[in-house]
Amino acid sequence: MTKPKTLLDRIWERHEITINRAGQSLLFIDRHFCHELSFHAFNMLEKRKMRVRHPSRTIAVADHYTPTTGEKASDFKSSDRFKLYNTLKKNALKHDLDFLGLGDQRRGIIHVIGPEQGFSLPGTTIVCGDSHTATHGALGALAFGIGASDVSHVLATQTLWQPKPKKMRVILKGSRPPYVSAKDIILSIIRHIGAAGGTGQVIEYAGPIISGLSIEERLTICNMSIEAGARAGMIAPDETTYKWIEGRPHAPKNDNWKEALSAWTQLKTDEGAVFDKEYEIDGQLITPMVTWGTSPEDALPITGHVPDPYEETNIEKRANLRKKLDYMGLKPGTSLEEITVDSVFIGSCTNSRIEDLREAAAVAKGRAACVRAIVVPGSGLIKKQAENEGLDRIFIEAGFDWRPAAGCSMCVGVNGDLVSPKERCVSTSNRNFRGRQGPEARTHLTGPAMAAAAAVTGKLTDVRSLQRN
Amino acid sequence: MVPFKILKAQAAPINQDNIDTDQILPARFLMMPRDQRYGTYLFQDLREDNNGLKTPDFFLNQKKFAEAQIIVAGRNFGCGSSREGAVFTLIDSGFRSVIAPSFGDIFYNNSFNNGLLPIVLPETLVKKLQQFLINEAATEITIDLETQQVFCKATSWVKFDIDPHRRERLLKGLDMIDYTQQFREAINRYENNHLVDKKWL
Repeated sequence: MTKPKTLLDRIWERHEITINRAGQSLLFIDRHFCHELSFHAFNMLEKRKMRVRHPSRTIAVADHYTPTTGEKASDFKSSDRFKLYNTLKKNALKHDLDFLGLGDQRRGIIHVIGPEQGFSLPGTTIVCGDSHTATHGALGALAFGIGASDVSHVLATQTLWQPKPKKMRVILKGSRPPYVSAKDIILSIIRHIGAAGGTGQVIEYAGPIISGLSIEERLTICNMSIEAGARAGMIAPDETTYKWIEGRPHAPKNDNWKEALSAWTQLKTDEGAVFDKEYEIDGQLITPMVTWGTSPEDALPITGHVPDPYEETNIEKRANLRKKLDYMGLKPGTSLEEITVDSVFIGSCTNSRIEDLREAAAVAKGRAACVRAIVVPGSGLIKKQAENEGLDRIFIEAGFDWRPAAGCSMCVGVNGDLVSPKERCVSTSNRNFRGRQGPEARTHLTGPAMAAAAAVTGKLTDVRSLQRN
Repeated sequence: MVPFKILKAQAAPINQDNIDTDQILPARFLMMPRDQRYGTYLFQDLREDNNGLKTPDFFLNQKKFAEAQIIVAGRNFGCGSSREGAVFTLIDSGFRSVIAPSFGDIFYNNSFNNGLLPIVLPETLVKKLQQFLINEAATEITIDLETQQVFCKATSWVKFDIDPHRRERLLKGLDMIDYTQQFREAINRYENNHLVDKKWL
């Protein structure tokens, strides 16, 4: 009898070209994405006078530095940002890469458009010079972020050397309570296993709650695997996955589709397969979550209170907790629902898909934002769909700033969409690090409905206390 | 890449967990070409407050650690984004090694592509090292990659684990693309065997 295998084992062995003496595997990389910051990697290639080995396996997408106020050159917040955009365009043209640029409806955040275009597929290896590449694992792929040198290695050889990661499984049992979003689930997981809990591991998410999630929700969960320290996150593909992918522009067609399907149905973890670590989480206990500190592990149910350093017995931890609260401008013991906020950002590779926008719009409908609130769709196609469904009208009528162009925007702020020093922002993005949204910015991470709720009440709000319209 | 064999140098402590790459190099500096001085902005927002005033308790601002080439940090150092700039800025500032109980995976990988040696040691030992650096006037640590050992007065010689492939890369200053070219035939073979019949890929 053969040894039971995990989903990761199966993808790994199908991509292993060779193993070197030190035990590292040379993996074939099926799919690769570039963005504006890939200029380092192209320069490295240039120095060697090398070409991209498989141009059809890489797509270049402008998302980090692009404006969200429009698709024209004049919308860029500075000339150096536009220059960076043009460098990507030039490199893409030079190496015959598909380029998604300004004015192209397919353009958007890489981790949104990869799946949307059907370029990211089950059973593939996917890399990008961005840590949130783990997102694509939601389709049953092995997807992870890499640095600039490794990007140049992939461009030059279509391969990467990797040590085999450890395997972790997180099983979500039971059923999901109402108003609990995918974001609440992943924040609960990160709170449970810690920001370094997944170091050196690939997480497979499984169990009845995961099977019941839509692809959009699965993408949100896998997206934040890196915030638990994991190299990647993945979910075995199923009928929901196949149905979602079928018909997308890059998805296999006709006979190729049939062939792909028969390969994908084998992508699962066998019963009895061994993981290095396993967690079981009771879904019934998950509630709407919010972060209070400067690490995604600093998450609590919205009904909770700001932690008190006096209750921390470890001196070092107490000092660090003080630093966090000082940075965040929070008083120990404050009820989270009493914290007033200055702005709201709905968007990013975590929560900018159509379902996220629908969730936020359902809360915004018929209400009025009392703080600055911006909504940035994840792609041009999502923007179009949202407008077809009238979501843009709902947001605009509620006083939200509906942005006409997709991009990473206020998640990382490099395009100029920034949170001001000491400004308190409720954000549907993935990181509440110090300075992430701008120097001295204070970030509270939530799901889209909770973010919209904060926008209309002006404070952190339990979405369950607001009626849906 | 400069090979790494033995390093005897001053070390500095950062006794905080989860020092993410946004803190090592804030995102607003990422569009700089590689030949610009990345080192100028290392820990920019930890070193200075928003008014440009130096924060006195941050180690880089203390005279004692001015010449440091090694950082002894808390858990999960370099977590967060994949920006290789976080490694560029450390290398350009003269750092050659970071010792911590654990690292962000991508940062860890990026280090080896730039001649920076990340060393994983048990948390109790890391704490001991940090205490030594804080309490003693002399703060020298010796790292021998060949024998995989760290030495300081407080701990004497301590062995560390490292993947043999990565160790060799640093010892020889190996370039990865050159190295992979040796496997060209295997790559061609894989592509011929595995891709030709999988048109959906």
